[in-house]
Amino acid sequence: MENFTLLASTLCYLFSFGHTLFALGARRFQPGRFNYIAMAFGAAAQGWYLSLRGAAEHACPLGSLPEMLIFLSWSIALIYLVIGSSYRLSLMGAFTAPLVLLLQIVALLLPGKSHQTPSLPHNPWIETHAALSVVAYGAFGLACVAGLMFLLQEGELKSRRPAPIFHYLPPITVLAESLKRLLWFGFLLLSLSFAVGMHAHLFVSGEKFICSMLIWVLYALLLAGANKGLLSNRRLALFAVVTFLLALALLPLIEHLSHS
Amino acid sequence: MNILCAGINHRTAQLNVREQFAVREGEMTDLLARLRGIEGVTGAVMLSTCNRVELYASGLCTLRALEGFRSILSERAGFEAPLYHHDTPQAVRHLFRVASGLDSMVIGETEILGQVKKAYSLASEAGSATRSLHKLFQHAFRVAKRVRTETQITSGPTSIGSVAVELAGKIFGSLAERRVMILGAGEISERTARSLQSRGVRSVIVSNRTYERASALAAEIGGMALHFDHWEKAVADVDILISSTNAPYALLTPEKLTPVLKLRRGRPLFVIDLAVPRDADPAINELDGVFLYDIDSLEQIAAQSLDIRKQEVIRCESLIEEHVDGFLSWLSTIREPHPQA
Repeated sequence: MENFTLLASTLCYLFSFGHTLFALGARRFQPGRFNYIAMAFGAAAQGWYLSLRGAAEHACPLGSLPEMLIFLSWSIALIYLVIGSSYRLSLMGAFTAPLVLLLQIVALLLPGKSHQTPSLPHNPWIETHAALSVVAYGAFGLACVAGLMFLLQEGELKSRRPAPIFHYLPPITVLAESLKRLLWFGFLLLSLSFAVGMHAHLFVSGEKFICSMLIWVLYALLLAGANKGLLSNRRLALFAVVTFLLALALLPLIEHLSHS
Repeated sequence: MNILCAGINHRTAQLNVREQFAVREGEMTDLLARLRGIEGVTGAVMLSTCNRVELYASGLCTLRALEGFRSILSERAGFEAPLYHHDTPQAVRHLFRVASGLDSMVIGETEILGQVKKAYSLASEAGSATRSLHKLFQHAFRVAKRVRTETQITSGPTSIGSVAVELAGKIFGSLAERRVMILGAGEISERTARSLQSRGVRSVIVSNRTYERASALAAEIGGMALHFDHWEKAVADVDILISSTNAPYALLTPEKLTPVLKLRRGRPLFVIDLAVPRDADPAINELDGVFLYDIDSLEQIAAQSLDIRKQEVIRCESLIEEHVDGFLSWLSTIREPHPQA
């Protein structure tokens, strides 16, 4: 059953992405509910998988790197579903689907997604800390998507010969605003997650602490720079993409250090 | 049962000829009654827009309907109407093309569909639309909707004003709270500003070397005049700058804009340079948050949109053919009584 739900969600995301690519290629893209619904089914199937894992482990299913990646991709999809309607169901789904799909495929290819014994200690505070951290990463992931869309749309506007995709992308002012909100949302969740971790007297190694704080500090600097007007929207978008890629690269290390 | 289409349009007659045959809404009911009085005509719908005056009639003998229509129009204008005409199935195809915007002066424009709907509604209210005409127009509305949603025939802006509006929309989203500054009171910049105003920009500032000219234009478009000496300070507060002065050198340079951009705290600045020689140094487009478009780049985008629309015509025609076939097979099954019978 677990494998079936994972496969179903992968197919939904693949379908959403493929449909948009085909529609854009054939110049028949119409912002509509199709991609949104496909993403919603994908997220529902993932949610089902995570609940099955949770029931099997009697804990939040974040005990292994594949589970973390699936939880992260589910978080990104859920946040997209919440804010997607404010983009009038535009191309954001098409940009979110490949990221979610990539994370899920990596999770499927990695060994150890079906632990029978939980790796996390049974402490609801620690589970809350882990879940909040991953949802924060989800918000940063979607900020990365908004940043990519901003850079693409800004490039089209600067080129003065915009390609057809320009007509389907949201205005850069809207994208910049969404980017900032998503960064703030992720940053607040990550801060909350650290506070919960401290409340639970969670012991972390020096390396894990440094990695986690590095991500937190980088996002804090981004937000401070944007707030003080020191970073242009273009630089903010660029740094949001780079910082998320760095955070993603550090995720396996943080996960490994959590168990060591 | 046959369908006749006869009329004049922007391809067959100049504006000074077309205006002689234009029919006002108030005259439509009487004219439709006269048309129905022609022997062999069972129903009629008249379409009168700035680009066309057309009759769509159902009946057994289309030749008599055509002659009757010609004589009514010639009587109104005082000279013979240079009519084109089509019988079934070409008349059906023609209406579907008209409703879909394929026969318009600007291919893919959508205003025509509303005008066709209005003409049909007036004929229906006057009791002039027969069963076959009802069916014909319903098909026309369906095909127009499909053409609009399933092809790119309406995609992209096709005039400098509409390109500017689209670009502004892609930079700012809603234009409701945006401020525009016009530098140099030229005709194209005025038209462009009016296009932006039609999309709800909050205020327009006009600055010109001759203050009186700036005041006159500002009064005309409901804006505010500004002395030319002060325009540089005002740039910090505007979102869209339309420039069309006769200055022989670049007014907008990176050196002038860089300090202004710091005051803007990341708000984008859309510069529309309509002047020849150009008012803006192309290097300002490299500045973060500045989007510069000159007359060539605006015209290229308009031409690009028109090209896309032209490429879509073949797809539109095949959709239209599907509906022509559908309508003709329905038409072959009906027998329509003459209203006077």
